[in-house]
Amino acid sequence: MTAPAVLPKLVGQRVRRREDPRLIQGRGTYVDDVTIAGLQHLAFKRSDIPHGRILSIDTSAAEALDGVEAIFTGAQIAEFLGPMPVPTPFPAPEHRAVAADVVRYVGDPVAVVVARDRYLARDAADAITVDCEPLPAVVDPEAALSGQPAVLHADFPNNVAVGPLPAGTGVGRGGQVDDSAVDGAFAEAEVVVSQRMVNQRLAPTAIEPRGVVAHFEPGKETLTIWSSTQNPHILRTHVAALTGLGQDQVRAIAPEVGGGFGAKINIYGEDLVAAAVSKRLGLPVKWVEDRSEAFLATIHGRGIIGYVDIAARRDGRVLGLKLRLVADIGAYNMLLTAVVPTQTMRMANGTYAFPVVRATLTEVFTNKTPTDAYRGAGRPEAAYFVERAMDMLAREIGMDPAELRRRNFIQPHQFPYKTQVGALYDSGDYEKALDRALEKAGWEQLKAERDAARADGRLVGLGLSMYVEICGLGPSARLPNGGWEYSQVTVERDGRISATTGVSPHGQGNETTFAQMLADQFGVPLEHIRIHHGDTAVVKQGIGTFGSRSQAVGGAALHLAGGKVKTKMAKFAAALLEAHEGDLVFENGRIAVAGAPAAGKTFAEVAAYAHRPVKLPAGLEPGLSEEAFFEPPNNTYPFGCHIALLEVDRDTGEPRLLRMVAVDDAGNLINPLIVEGQIHGGLTQGIGQALVEEVVYGDDGQPLTGSLMDYAIPRATDFPRFELDNTVTPTPVNPLGAKGVGEAGTIGSTPCIVSAAVDALGGFGVRHIDMLLRPEKLWRIIHGGNA
Amino acid sequence: MFAADFEYYRAGSVAEARELLAAHPGAKLLAGGHSLIPLLKLRLAAPAAVVDIGRIGELHGISNGGGALHIGALTTHAEIAASAAVNAGAEALAEAASQIGDPAVRNRGTIGGNVAHADPASDLPTVLAALGATFTVSGPDGERSLAAADFFQGMMATALGEHDILTAVNVPAAGSGSGSAYVKFSHPASRYAVVGAAAAVTGAGGTCAGASVAVGGATAVPVRCASVEAALAGRALSADAIAAAAAAAGSDFGDDLLGDVFASGEYRKAVAPVYVQRALTAAAERAG
Ligand SMILES: Cc1cc2nc3c(=O)[nH]c(=O)nc-3n(C[C@H](O)[C@H](O)[C@H](O)COP(=O)(O)OP(=O)(O)OC[C@H]3O[C@@H](n4cnc5c(N)ncnc54)[C@H](O)[C@@H]3O)c2cc1C
Repeated sequence: MTAPAVLPKLVGQRVRRREDPRLIQGRGTYVDDVTIAGLQHLAFKRSDIPHGRILSIDTSAAEALDGVEAIFTGAQIAEFLGPMPVPTPFPAPEHRAVAADVVRYVGDPVAVVVARDRYLARDAADAITVDCEPLPAVVDPEAALSGQPAVLHADFPNNVAVGPLPAGTGVGRGGQVDDSAVDGAFAEAEVVVSQRMVNQRLAPTAIEPRGVVAHFEPGKETLTIWSSTQNPHILRTHVAALTGLGQDQVRAIAPEVGGGFGAKINIYGEDLVAAAVSKRLGLPVKWVEDRSEAFLATIHGRGIIGYVDIAARRDGRVLGLKLRLVADIGAYNMLLTAVVPTQTMRMANGTYAFPVVRATLTEVFTNKTPTDAYRGAGRPEAAYFVERAMDMLAREIGMDPAELRRRNFIQPHQFPYKTQVGALYDSGDYEKALDRALEKAGWEQLKAERDAARADGRLVGLGLSMYVEICGLGPSARLPNGGWEYSQVTVERDGRISATTGVSPHGQGNETTFAQMLADQFGVPLEHIRIHHGDTAVVKQGIGTFGSRSQAVGGAALHLAGGKVKTKMAKFAAALLEAHEGDLVFENGRIAVAGAPAAGKTFAEVAAYAHRPVKLPAGLEPGLSEEAFFEPPNNTYPFGCHIALLEVDRDTGEPRLLRMVAVDDAGNLINPLIVEGQIHGGLTQGIGQALVEEVVYGDDGQPLTGSLMDYAIPRATDFPRFELDNTVTPTPVNPLGAKGVGEAGTIGSTPCIVSAAVDALGGFGVRHIDMLLRPEKLWRIIHGGNA
Repeated sequence: MFAADFEYYRAGSVAEARELLAAHPGAKLLAGGHSLIPLLKLRLAAPAAVVDIGRIGELHGISNGGGALHIGALTTHAEIAASAAVNAGAEALAEAASQIGDPAVRNRGTIGGNVAHADPASDLPTVLAALGATFTVSGPDGERSLAAADFFQGMMATALGEHDILTAVNVPAAGSGSGSAYVKFSHPASRYAVVGAAAAVTGAGGTCAGASVAVGGATAVPVRCASVEAALAGRALSADAIAAAAAAAGSDFGDDLLGDVFASGEYRKAVAPVYVQRALTAAAERAG
């Protein structure tokens, strides 16, 4: 017998993504590729004014078009579809998927057409006339707080959706506030920096817009819904509840999803309408968002103002932090709308041991598209506020920004560390990440280069930021739909492995990373393993992919399920080999007594035996399939340090990023190649926020950036080569020690780029620049009085 | 992104295209489709009929004769960027064509469609204004030839009548001792020109025998910068002289400036001299 091939250990290796060939060859199946006999198409008639009372809707011309199956106005939809689900623990105004009486943002749906084809559906939507009495548009979130110029929701005076919510030092459980410690710290301070900062609205802009196919089958009484979603199980829960079906009657499928970035966590009105209309008509229906619609109808991200104050001593020791947040959440509460800004509050500390902290959050309704989770979801904003303020402090006291950070870090021995605003940081070594980044960037030399460039008249600046964020969302107490994750691992009769996971990857690469884990766990080739996801009929339970939780929570569930199967399989192998199960090793496609591989059985032989156990070992059921739910005890808190070098063209104000160094600590890494890909993507979006992206509304509430002609997304040519490195500080909160990395890049990069721009233009007396770093804005700073 | 219904006709010749235009009032010509199709899909345009001229052979290609480059209206941006004749005789045009959109746009989009569409942020109108191009138009009353100043009439407005077809663009070929260049400040989203500057310089022996400069993006139609041209004529083509001349660029713009959320008119006007200077510098170098 030839010696079995030796299989390399795969966890920790740069294994290429198995998903990529089909995706880059255009062989993936997306929602829009799904077709069903008799499929009808939906088009939404949307409000073109930001705020108004609907007086009448005339659908007669549209109904007269040949091939129009049905038209429903908001009032008609309301007869068979309840209000939108808002599971967050904050009060929320009633929100109808299709507005029945008042429209509250440009893009708010007012009617839906069901027609034979998409062109006709659009013709019919255009033929509907809506008579609205315009109401004043609420655009400025701070003016909105005095109820000006209008109130969006009658039960929410002064447009206050949430708050003001206090958190931090001196805030009692009942919400009573004692400010004496905070005020004391500021009174005692030798230096205080204060700044109002705007973290602007962004449009998530996935390559694939949203889409849904809903198919209710009369007779079977089941509904199948294909949706471009990050969490089919949560979608199923809400679709079932809102269509009056049981969860046993609803199957939700997320086929290939072309990017989500948090925007596809939300449960959208269009999905619910599609489901309800399909059930009502007994016909399959499809709706696919077009790009222009996506800018209006898909949630926006960020959109929060922070008033930041730091009290410190001249030696750089921080004494206290105040952060007052005003979140411009748009017209309605969506699934996580109200929660996202609370994450900003929760991460107020950053990596620093502030002795006292006061954070206050107010969320405000405005006549804009609602906000919700966008990659980073609250943490980029938090990191931005504290890091920009730390940078201002460093400039104020003339200290190296790295040194200032170093003096104020939470120390490794302090973990787990409970911050005043309530986060329990799991593990960390911030100084290590800082040092690695300084070394990678060549900090001292970089400073010298910057100074030399300045001496030549160039406007070059250097920026550094630390970050710590929250990943691995859970636990269940913290998430409205639960915070666990689920997996089932099955060793098939032929020794191949099928696994299911409740996370719903759409670019995260879990078909690869999870297979790597199982390959190592069972000692079988990667090619023998399939990871199934994104279908509630295949994956029995799940929560989904968001909050950088796939590896830390989903991966942990997979690991546990795999462990259960392996334990059982060892019992079968022990019976076959007449050995003790504790002596067996799974290696190179064989199960054998340690040290005697040739005497063992192949993995496939043991698998076959388990499925036809002619002599069933006592106490065992046949088969090799086990499931596990993993409930994380806490979140994970990855961290890192990013450094940017940026030059501003003195004549035109155009900024150019010269270097981008990112050191990230995501705990143990399953696949460094995929981790780097995630960081690249995150950096891209973080840099995008700093340099090119912003959703802009006119004073009249009309969106001014409603297409890719006006709303810029960054391109590869906008960047230097990213310089990455990492440190490894495992987390104790899951068996893998993995923390999560999906969002990190958006969090650390943005503040350091803005700090670099401020550094470059410091000579013109500027202390802070709000994003985005539009060339004209920078040019006006440079040319000051002349401009 | 679903166009309203329209009838589609394909013309085999310019004459046939003109007949189709006459037979279908309000019909739009379709060349590469890279400006028209987006308008149709956004329903910003909804003509009853579209006349596809894309396969009319006589409108394709670049020829050289009588001291000018004759560029058929259907010649694509990619063909212009790759053309040896254009790269030799009108570098600025090749340079501009190579910076339009992305490869898909350059492979489909045509010079005729680009100038007929007359987007103020387009690149080619600016270059053609600087290079002194003429536009050959076939209309109901026969053929006529127009200068850039007459062809471009306003924002997305040209001298083309409803039944006119632009057949060719003619660019005087630069002789030795001449050079041209196009430099563009790209909008981060659309990549169209926020400001685009084209310059052509004749400069035997380092002295400027003649310069022509045009700027697009800041105004409804490209502006010929007469002040810059005058300031440079007869001067040594030194960095200082170029900078001093370029500084006058904004003075030719008039008061109707274009702006958007990305860049105000005031800003465009203020940075135009920088781009003019860069274009002149590159052109002078090529002339040298
Ligand atoms: C993604 C994208 C990026 C782009 N970026 C740039 C850029 O950076 N810079 C830039 O300058 N342009 C840019 N463009 C526009 C591009 O150059 C277009 O191709 C060009 O403007 C139109 O050429 P076309 O052949 O596609 O014309 P079409 O779209 O077919 O036609 C455009 C208009 O011209 C009319 N027309 C066409 N041919 C004739 C003719 N022979 N006679 C009379 N009328 C005619 C049509 O009726 C129509 O009204 C971009 C376009 C896209 C889609």
